Amino acid sequence: MSTDTSFATRSHEENWLPVLELAVEEVFEIMVGCRVKPLAPSEHTPNEEFTAMIGLAGALCGVLTVSCDAKTARQVAKSMLGDTAKSEGEVGDALGEICNMIAGNFKNKLAGTDERCMLSVPSVISGGQYSLHSLAEGHSVETVLVFEDSPITVRLQLQS
Amino acid sequence: MVARNLVAWQRKPQSGGTMDKICVLIVDDSSVMRKIIERSLRQAGIDLEKVVEASNGAEALVALQNNAVDLILCDINMPVMDGLAFVRQVATVESAKGIPIVMITTEGSESHVVEALTAGARGYIRKPFTPDQVKEHVLPVLGKKP
Repeated sequence: MSTDTSFATRSHEENWLPVLELAVEEVFEIMVGCRVKPLAPSEHTPNEEFTAMIGLAGALCGVLTVSCDAKTARQVAKSMLGDTAKSEGEVGDALGEICNMIAGNFKNKLAGTDERCMLSVPSVISGGQYSLHSLAEGHSVETVLVFEDSPITVRLQLQS
Repeated sequence: MVARNLVAWQRKPQSGGTMDKICVLIVDDSSVMRKIIERSLRQAGIDLEKVVEASNGAEALVALQNNAVDLILCDINMPVMDGLAFVRQVATVESAKGIPIVMITTEGSESHVVEALTAGARGYIRKPFTPDQVKEHVLPVLGKKP
């Protein structure tokens, strides 16, 4: 029997990193038409010029973010749309949808979580001069994956 | 309520019970996703005469007043009016409730599926999705074999 508390405990006890990485890989393969692979932590120096974020509430409470540089964000949008994304808004929209689908795919993979976890609509920050302080700061799971030679950081911050 | 004033209508099938070209209403708060859904419909071999877009349920209700729609594809998590509220509104309008609605959303839980189908949706596609999945779920509600 799961309770809200047990999900917080599970996030500490279970290794959710492979689940998150699988969720990311599936979204990129299906919606972007490109395979992404996790990088070792020392292999990247992420430049986070675009950050898409989505809130999770309920049994799983926190925020999931997807960050990359502007060139990579444009390339993701271009790959999704099959042509050149025309505006910064469209690039942000594409990254927001990627973030949305990763969050949904991730929670769908955690047994017992999907029914009791809600997602917000995504938000996107452009520009790198910011600090993100989530009230849900507690346990976090982070992975960096390479997309066409560029790093994309996916970070899940959960409430303790 | 907007839905009470709807004068929407559903296109009558052509002779022989088939519709070669259809008008589709795509409801999603992401313009990128609306384009991807349209592309997936075309890749599924569905001949689109007209594509109407709305970014939330309230806009979609207005769009239904002005367009003869054969099919609706609708997200769930949207601002202003979400997809489930939109489906419930459509179900209250005599002239619009025959229009097949397929949900296309990241919300994959069984309770969401049941809620959507109970409200009147005819199909449910989880994001991320392939064009083949769109074909598999959309063609049957149009009376065609996938």
